[in-house]
Amino acid sequence: MDNIWLQLAMAATLGMMLFFLYPRAKQWMQNGPKAQQGDWMAAVIPLLAMVGFVLLLIMLV
Amino acid sequence: MNRFNQTIAQPAQSALAVNKVIKNTYMLLSATLFFSAIMAMVSMFFAMPPIAYMISVIGAMLLGMFVLPRTANSSAGLGVIFLITGLLGFGLGAILTLYLQLPHGPQTIATALGGTGVIFLGLSGYALTSKRDFSFMGGFVFAGMLVMMVAIIANIFLQLPFLSLAISAGVMLLMSAYILFQTSQMMNGGETNYIFATYSLYMAIFNIFIALLQILGIFGGDD
Repeated sequence: MDNIWLQLAMAATLGMMLFFLYPRAKQWMQNGPKAQQGDWMAAVIPLLAMVGFVLLLIMLV
Repeated sequence: MNRFNQTIAQPAQSALAVNKVIKNTYMLLSATLFFSAIMAMVSMFFAMPPIAYMISVIGAMLLGMFVLPRTANSSAGLGVIFLITGLLGFGLGAILTLYLQLPHGPQTIATALGGTGVIFLGLSGYALTSKRDFSFMGGFVFAGMLVMMVAIIANIFLQLPFLSLAISAGVMLLMSAYILFQTSQMMNGGETNYIFATYSLYMAIFNIFIALLQILGIFGGDD
């Protein structure tokens, strides 16, 4: 991506997306439901499985 | 008797509405992925240059920010979602053309494609069958997206290979968490618009595929 105008356009679009996403992120961080006991574990296990799977794919290629 | 019927009917109606959203989302997601694949093949046939990817992504992001929210509650939203996914597919074709020129390119693309499918089906299936509410991840996912976007903007100008790899790994983790979160939102009535749900899941799949392609492209084929 050597075209400086394209780089600027991409950065500006991502900046706009940041601006759009910020209120939603703020709302979820402040008012979103809090995790109960065991909730994070239930989420971390499949995510770790995904990481393991990607490592396996790296070894296969 | 009437009161008894109402208490049974209300949850049943709610469950029907949730099932309808889930069914419509997965049907539309399948159709958009298929359309994307066709557009990617068209792009590969014409051997589009890598610049087409950036232009397509910018166009799709602008449509997703400004047009989709205004049309998602009408039938026009269907046209917009196909336009977005078609554009992204067309841009993806330019990247795939580039990867096909590498020594292990076809193998890397096939592995990334299969890997993305397994990751999406595995995580979505887990969220659907475990029936857990993953909405507590909302803050983590959206805060992570903000951090990731700042890193991506920085790396557009810095172009550091290590940062690029870290972004790919971070995007994979975040988008995987987002699949759990979004599927759970659909199941628990947090997301009632199947066009928005499709857009969210499509973006997660697209980002996982691109990130996995980059990771496998960097680490793979060292023999």
